[in-house]
Amino acid sequence: MVELRDISIAFGGIRAVDGVSLDLYPGEVVGLLGHNGAGKSTLIKCLSGAYKADHGQIFINGQEVTINNPRDAREYNIETIYQTLALADNLDAASNLFLGRELVTGGGLLDDARMEAETRRILARLNPNFKKFKDPVSALSGGQRQSVAIARAVYFNAKILIMDEPTAALGPQETQMVAELIHELKRDGLGIFLIDHDVHAVKQLCDRAAVMKNGQLVGVVKVDEVTEDDLLAMIILGKKPEHLAA
Amino acid sequence: MTDTSTKPAAASSTTGSTSAPSAGPLTRFLRATEIDTRLLGMMGALLLIWLVFHFYGVIFNGFGAFLTPRNLWNVSVQMSSIGIMATGMVLVIVTRNIDLSVGAILGVTGMVMGILQVEILPQYLGLGHPAIWVITVIVGIFVGGCIGAIHGWLIAYRGIPSFIVTLGGLLVWRGAAFLSANGKTISPVDATFTLLGGGPYGAIGAVGSWTVGVIACLGILAALYAGRQSRKRHEFPVRPMWAEIFMGLLGCGLVIGAVLVVNAYPWPRGIVNSYIEANGIVLAEGETLFISHGFAYPVLIMLTVALLMTLLVSRTRFGRYVFAIGGNPEAAALAGINVRWMTLRIFALMGALAGLAAVVASARLNSATNALGLLDELYVIAAAVVGGTSLAGGVGTIYGAILGALVMQSLRSGMVLIGFDTAVQQIVVGSVLVLAVYLDNLYRNRAK
Ligand SMILES: Nc1ncnc2c1ncn2[C@@H]1O[C@H](COP(=O)(O)OP(=O)(O)OP(=O)(O)O)[C@@H](O)[C@H]1O
Ligand SMILES: [Mg+2]
Repeated sequence: MVELRDISIAFGGIRAVDGVSLDLYPGEVVGLLGHNGAGKSTLIKCLSGAYKADHGQIFINGQEVTINNPRDAREYNIETIYQTLALADNLDAASNLFLGRELVTGGGLLDDARMEAETRRILARLNPNFKKFKDPVSALSGGQRQSVAIARAVYFNAKILIMDEPTAALGPQETQMVAELIHELKRDGLGIFLIDHDVHAVKQLCDRAAVMKNGQLVGVVKVDEVTEDDLLAMIILGKKPEHLAA
Repeated sequence: MTDTSTKPAAASSTTGSTSAPSAGPLTRFLRATEIDTRLLGMMGALLLIWLVFHFYGVIFNGFGAFLTPRNLWNVSVQMSSIGIMATGMVLVIVTRNIDLSVGAILGVTGMVMGILQVEILPQYLGLGHPAIWVITVIVGIFVGGCIGAIHGWLIAYRGIPSFIVTLGGLLVWRGAAFLSANGKTISPVDATFTLLGGGPYGAIGAVGSWTVGVIACLGILAALYAGRQSRKRHEFPVRPMWAEIFMGLLGCGLVIGAVLVVNAYPWPRGIVNSYIEANGIVLAEGETLFISHGFAYPVLIMLTVALLMTLLVSRTRFGRYVFAIGGNPEAAALAGINVRWMTLRIFALMGALAGLAAVVASARLNSATNALGLLDELYVIAAAVVGGTSLAGGVGTIYGAILGALVMQSLRSGMVLIGFDTAVQQIVVGSVLVLAVYLDNLYRNRAK
């Protein structure tokens, strides 16, 4: 459903992403692994419209598309949870959730009450302990902020979901809920890119894992065919395990 | 307490009924009524300023001139042009920009309008034609908007910092104002136009003021009722009934108080006499007429602008995006907001408001001079900042800016009344600005 072909992007002299090709099928979770600064976030930002690739093509459902800005990406039902969360700290949860896609009344005015009601509904599913609907998100804990960012990505019926370290700040229970959410979304036929440093979680949640090093793709493997140690070796050594290298 | 001023839609916030049982009565009261403590502080400061000036007069001059209908009416008229511009400055500062050119834009649009209505339009329409003032006002607002749009374009699409663009703009437009009439003063302006600046004829009188007051009270009650219904519909917690009633009484009380004050200020004797003559009114010996000023047109213009800007800020996408950009420009862009286009529009709006302020200011002077609006940018920025707009971006309210303008004008008028000279006035105004921001910092740190 998504195919990234030969994507490259450089910042100044640094080739942050260098000729990476990767694909994603409906109902599939692809894990993206790699050391800090490997280029994972940069790669998926080309898909989410935050950056424009210097080189390469993006295909969605077989059609080549150009994604110039985040609005274009949303048009293709691509939703993103950024590593930085991308929340406006001075606004409350509902305003952030609907940012850029506000619900309005017949007269074109913001319908804050309905937005808050919807926000309460979706957050009750993701994080039942969430209570601070009226406070600016700067007053929330790291995990609560992350819940808001996740809620924003799943609320709008995404077909392709990009999650850049979605559980980095979450407690064990909340992480478990995100894992369940991923399973649920997968059953609904979404394609998910999941960036995570936790090899164990990737092995449990993902169907395939792609490993990057220094902007280049080391390889893509089915998680059932490798051990956690194999994945770690790929991340650190930057080459495919011997039994698959053939 | 959380700082409700950080959320544009403060009117719909619900912290009510979650009050901890251990909270003191004052805290409980503030929670139930959702009165912003910051707002309360500003009101307190304003009242303090008023009382100090009044009783300084009572003690040292034997007469307190500040808390008189006449002075309060004058303060309301004099603050109008600053107040109008301060509402726009809130949006500019919230998005982490600054506009130093508003005084110069006011000056140049004032000159453009002066030339237009005195030297150009009468040639085609005839002197005193009723369309003159309408065309002049529209052109003034339009020219201001265009200048603002040029600034916004340079800032958003050419990446020049707003400080530099508008600093340059300050010099350019002040110079342009001088050149447009070679430094001459243009007067008198159109007779209808000049009413927009206030004065005995530029006010709506007692009946008009009561009408406005009643409409405002009904509006307040309707807004409270609609807010409550909407919360009930979505099953959010509602304020206790007594708190709703208290808010309604407070709002209506302030409105009615304002009406009583402006209606207590009568026309001066001379004007009443010429009015009596002109209308052939026959009075008994020793009897005079008491004709109230009522709300002045510039004040009504300012209040209308404030209302519309509040609506814009808290109830529209545009307003929501202004705050999102101020809070996190990157996040706003990632949410699909066109930050550059927004910036351009915000500066255009600021320019248009400066054009409207020029209408009020030049109408009040009954002339256009190239010095019109000199140093206004500082008072406008001060009004916004004293009113709680944070220079770090993302935080600010329209009502705060209006209150800030009222504070600044009260200081200026008060010092004139008790006879401080300009040098002392400048020292006081400057110190108050710094102090206000310092107190605001203290407040915010405590609120966190
Ligand atoms: N906006 C930018 N400007 C310049 N260089 C950048 C920019 N964004 C990323 N880089 C560089 O690109 C490289 C890849 O960064 P990226 O954020 O994609 O890494 P990552 O794999 O997501 O790392 P992490 O695991 O730490 O999140 C890094 O060397 C980084 O310094
Ligand atoms: Mg990253």
